[in-house]
Amino acid sequence: MIEVKGLTKYYNDFCAVDHIDLSIPKGEILGLLGPNGAGKTTTLRMLTGYFKPSEGSITVDDLSMPGDTLKIKSRMGYLPESAPLYHNMLVFDYLDYVAKIKGMTSGEDRIKRLKELSELCGLKNIMDRPIATLSKGLKQRVGIAHAMMTDPEILILDEPTSGLDPNQIVEIRDIIRAIGKEKTIIFSTHILSEAEATCDRIVIINKGKIVADDKTASLKQNLQSDAFVKLSVKHAAPESVETLLKDSLDNVDIKPIETQEPDTASFEVRSLENQDIRETIYLKIKDTDWILTELAQESQALERIFQELTREDNPI
Amino acid sequence: MTQITHIAVKEFKDYFISPIAYIVISLFLIVTGWFFFSAFFVFGRADMRDFFGLLPMIFSFVIPAVTMRLFSEEKNVGSYETLLTMPVSFSDIALGKFAAATLFTVAMLIPTLSYPLFISMIGDLDFGPVVGGYIGTLLLAGAYCSIGLFASSLTRNQIIAFIIGTAICFTLTILDKLLFFMPEKIIAVIEYISANFHFTNISKGVIDSRDLIYFLSVIFISILSTSIVMHEKN
Repeated sequence: MIEVKGLTKYYNDFCAVDHIDLSIPKGEILGLLGPNGAGKTTTLRMLTGYFKPSEGSITVDDLSMPGDTLKIKSRMGYLPESAPLYHNMLVFDYLDYVAKIKGMTSGEDRIKRLKELSELCGLKNIMDRPIATLSKGLKQRVGIAHAMMTDPEILILDEPTSGLDPNQIVEIRDIIRAIGKEKTIIFSTHILSEAEATCDRIVIINKGKIVADDKTASLKQNLQSDAFVKLSVKHAAPESVETLLKDSLDNVDIKPIETQEPDTASFEVRSLENQDIRETIYLKIKDTDWILTELAQESQALERIFQELTREDNPI
Repeated sequence: MTQITHIAVKEFKDYFISPIAYIVISLFLIVTGWFFFSAFFVFGRADMRDFFGLLPMIFSFVIPAVTMRLFSEEKNVGSYETLLTMPVSFSDIALGKFAAATLFTVAMLIPTLSYPLFISMIGDLDFGPVVGGYIGTLLLAGAYCSIGLFASSLTRNQIIAFIIGTAICFTLTILDKLLFFMPEKIIAVIEYISANFHFTNISKGVIDSRDLIYFLSVIFISILSTSIVMHEKN
């Protein structure tokens, strides 16, 4: 259980983080979301004890900073942005060194743990390579292995997927989700879909302040009205589709959208009464000789919240 | 304590992974060897006083070059953040790095042990001053390493760390040669601050507690300042 109260950080006169309050229960995956320069990294650095807060307090269970910083550090695993490692060391030597520093004194334990981690993070084939020769994705994995070395209760990951290719992003996400079953994970990102896919709870910060803090599901639900149905029909004149929709549905907003496919009419249909209209649409189109090629409920709720909350001119 | 050892071992190995160690050691041996032995046969004295006389000046350039990377490199690469978020105290980090640099200087000095062996073969060498000289050298190396470490903790730029370190070490070396220009009242104070003065005392073979206290306090103050800098810089 992590409790953060009134956390503030000034760089000279510039306020990077402005009175943040957070309470993170055990076992939660929390996504810290925000545009570049919003104060995500600064917040995480304060949580890990790397930066001293200008004001505010951080407590982990019954331990509080700065008095118990060392104890708190030993409960945390941290992956800094872009995984800075010692470039001239071999992967094995590096991880072994980290294990020693983190207090694993017995050689057998270290070897056992290193084997487990190399399995989990896919490092098996690169253990004997110098870190300097690794690609960014591999370095990131070594960084994750570093963070998870002592199997800590809390994992803090700063933009773990930045700069990775799509395959690597999926791999890292899988790792996060796999560990997140029993650990508290806090990770920052500026990619919305990523937070949506992996987090239990999303905190959006902008200009150092929390602008939204809710469960991922309820954040989405609150803006369910934003949902719309995307519909594409083949072999039909756009006007006749529109007429049909208008006749069969009450209180809808129909907007034609452009499509690349030939002989196809596409629409966005928004129910103003917040109802699922897919069924009605399907049944109606079934009676015609058109071919339904797409019928999907979509929502841009999170994108919209994010954009609205973090707009440059947004007065907060 | 164990964490200090782990950090020291890692940093010590680092020197020998990169070419720095070999370059610095060769340079040191060439310079001291040449300066010492070029005059050695002219004077024809079987002692090592001239060798130890050279060390403070040479150390004030060589040691900052050895220590400049200790913190600056980590800050530049970013691994400083990784290091500081591991459960190690700041003083353990500083002590580990200090120990590694001092150990490296010792490694650099080991080949010079052949000098007294060689001299004792061709002449009658008094080993007292030689032992005293090596003890003094160890203390001097420790003091300069701690100063270099402190300089390195100030900046992420290795060249700046080198210049700051050299400036402090060089000043401590030449201070007692400048007494001539100082007002009479503060001569004793200035002389006491000079590292060269205390080093000369010990390398005569006289181990005085005042000289020991001087070197140990320089080491203590520098390492303390280093951990204060680490605290304050965040």
